[in-house]
Amino acid sequence: MALSPRSAAPAEGARAPDPLAPPPRVFVEKAKNALRLAAVDRAAARRGLAPGLTLADARARLPDLAVVDHDPVADAAFLETVADDCDRWTPLVALDAPDGLVLDITGCAHLFGGEAAMRVRLLAHLHRHGLGAGAVVAGTPDAARALVRAGRGGIVAPGGEARAVAPLPVLRLGVDEAVVTGLSRAGLKTIGDLAERPATPLAARFGAELLTRLNRTLGHEDIRIVPRRPLPAAIAERRFAEPIARAEDIEATLALLVDDLALMLEARGEGGRAFEAAFFRADGAVRRLTIETARPSRDGAALARLWHEKIEALADPIDPGFGFDLVRLAVLRAEPLTPAQVSLDGRAVEEEEVAALIDRLAVRLGRERVLRVLMRDTHDPGRASALIPAAQASATSPTLSLALPADLPPRPLSLFDPPQPIEALAEVPDGPPLRFRWRRVVHEVARAEGPERIAPEWWRLPEGTALPATRDYYRVENREGRRFWLFRAGLYGRESGEPRWFLHGLFP
Amino acid sequence: MDTVRDIAALRQMLAGLEAARLPGMADGFSLGAGGPERAGVTLARGALHEVQAARGADLPAAAGFTLALALRASFAGTDMGTRPLLWIRQDAAEAEFGRPEARGLQALGLDPARLVLVRAPDATEVLRAAGDSVRCAGLGALIIEPFGEPRALDLTATRRLSLRAAASGVTSFLLRMSARALPTAVATRWQVAPAASTPGEANAPGAPAFTATLLRHRGGEGARPVEGGTWNLEWDHETCSFRDLAALSRAVVPVPAGRPAGAGAADAERGTRRGVGDGLIAAFRRTG
Repeated sequence: MALSPRSAAPAEGARAPDPLAPPPRVFVEKAKNALRLAAVDRAAARRGLAPGLTLADARARLPDLAVVDHDPVADAAFLETVADDCDRWTPLVALDAPDGLVLDITGCAHLFGGEAAMRVRLLAHLHRHGLGAGAVVAGTPDAARALVRAGRGGIVAPGGEARAVAPLPVLRLGVDEAVVTGLSRAGLKTIGDLAERPATPLAARFGAELLTRLNRTLGHEDIRIVPRRPLPAAIAERRFAEPIARAEDIEATLALLVDDLALMLEARGEGGRAFEAAFFRADGAVRRLTIETARPSRDGAALARLWHEKIEALADPIDPGFGFDLVRLAVLRAEPLTPAQVSLDGRAVEEEEVAALIDRLAVRLGRERVLRVLMRDTHDPGRASALIPAAQASATSPTLSLALPADLPPRPLSLFDPPQPIEALAEVPDGPPLRFRWRRVVHEVARAEGPERIAPEWWRLPEGTALPATRDYYRVENREGRRFWLFRAGLYGRESGEPRWFLHGLFP
Repeated sequence: MDTVRDIAALRQMLAGLEAARLPGMADGFSLGAGGPERAGVTLARGALHEVQAARGADLPAAAGFTLALALRASFAGTDMGTRPLLWIRQDAAEAEFGRPEARGLQALGLDPARLVLVRAPDATEVLRAAGDSVRCAGLGALIIEPFGEPRALDLTATRRLSLRAAASGVTSFLLRMSARALPTAVATRWQVAPAASTPGEANAPGAPAFTATLLRHRGGEGARPVEGGTWNLEWDHETCSFRDLAALSRAVVPVPAGRPAGAGAADAERGTRRGVGDGLIAAFRRTG
């Protein structure tokens, strides 16, 4: 099904203008060195204004125009919110810029009483929110789009796409302007004209793109839309005749939905790693929340607890407005989950407990605050280890733990990122420092080891970047027994005249 | 008669096995070797212990000491340290002293894959997360690191943590960067400062070394109260135990070349490498 905006019904235009009504409004943008109308409101359209007219001409016709700057970014954002709201009909919604939407309603229509009833309900829903729209249901997205852009409505019977689109101008194929001009010069005005022609000469003259578009529009070739959001692995939802607004009701609904999903996942032998709850407000706004788990889960009670934590921890609470009339819970990512055999020493239970704890902390504090240590096989100390969200890491991942090379000098327990500049004094230019100053405190070096020379990983640098200085690392201990990891950036004489010193880490 | 003797022998064996499970042996852990071991210092499992840095800047040493204790605490019974260690840190501590480094953890003897690090924005969140975590019996140990002297950290909060730790059996450590005594309900309280390490080859810094002061030891289940004391300890990551820090703090004299290879054993202990080929010993300066 394709949707595109429509102005008011023609019957309205016959009425005499209401003297108290606000003045007709037009949106202008600069095109071809003139201010031209980009869009007009209903009142302006009724009085004969159309996009493309220059503002001067429009003013000449209607002196009392209200002029507003055209804002394509805001338009796109608004189209996104409408698309969000259309998620309530089907999870497969694609944008048809600048002002249309394409919905894949395969397998959804029967939920709303068939295609015709669904189309009427959808249009009524949009109309309630003040949106005038037209809608066409057809076998392929391209056919539906071409028809609705041409101002048609209704439902195309299965197999009737070719006949329905035949009278439409070739412009509706959505091909380049040059191709359209070429076709009209050749006397091919409508899609029907093209359909009668043999395919090979057309492709030779105008390119294969035209043929593809033609076949799709005629319904000979079917291609699915690319939805805005990835298709969830499983969905459970509750619709309410009377919108719900209380926090308890929302959580109770989520608990019910979690149980529904758990059954679905169990039947498939899977567990969810990421879940998304979408709250559809009666006035069209949609709020989405996501949680992630450290391991696949379909434990209803644990997931309900996570949702409770998530809602508790929200910085901006869910605003129910006039209430939610649809709550949907989706599994964004599912992984195989086989029931773990309970071992005699209860280890499996303990591991579950730890995973549940990690999930709970990650939901409350944010996923980037519950971390595991990742090791990389590299000499670059800044990259050799990283902290990654625990939800992302799996305990069995080999990158979490690498064997320490036997000849690697000790590494500090804590690392500064980036290294902290210090002032250091060395006995000989390329020797260890005698004393250094860090955070306004002077440290006298009592023991030192080094240098350990670490060259930058030049193969990782983007081309044209200057090579960072080679680093000479020293492990030093001051008179009080504090141990530090220092380095001198740059080699004397070769890389820099006056190398700078940095403190990179601290040893216990 | 043989049967009777066998039964007596079996009884004796059983008694020997039982002894290993007596309170104070199985429910506590020691520091491994060195002064505290001789003084009979045992730390109870499933209790809250406090480690405070002698001065603010000594926090890295205190953190290393705490991690070492946590590592020892996580070796329980048949479990040779596979359970995860949870470390809850306040953001400010990380800004001040840097993030944990995997190879540094390995150098302490801790498998980095076992560590779960939780960053909390403030002390209240640290304690809240700690309250949840301490109940999770699947943890090998728990390290709680608030920054500074938060008001939320009082007798009630620490008492609550202690009780929960006792219920779940999770050995917990409160790592504090300030040595000012706060009224905390803890089983033991340590004050830790770094100590000069045993120098390695060519006067290189050696293994992690600490001056640990036992300020308080309450005893309790699995641990008899002992007098406090101050010990100089160093951590051996291979055996995962503490040992006495050798008294000498002067540099080891490099072994002169030309000495016979027969003296090798003692030299190997001091960390010199044996030269190959002609039976000589040479001391190398490690250069990376």
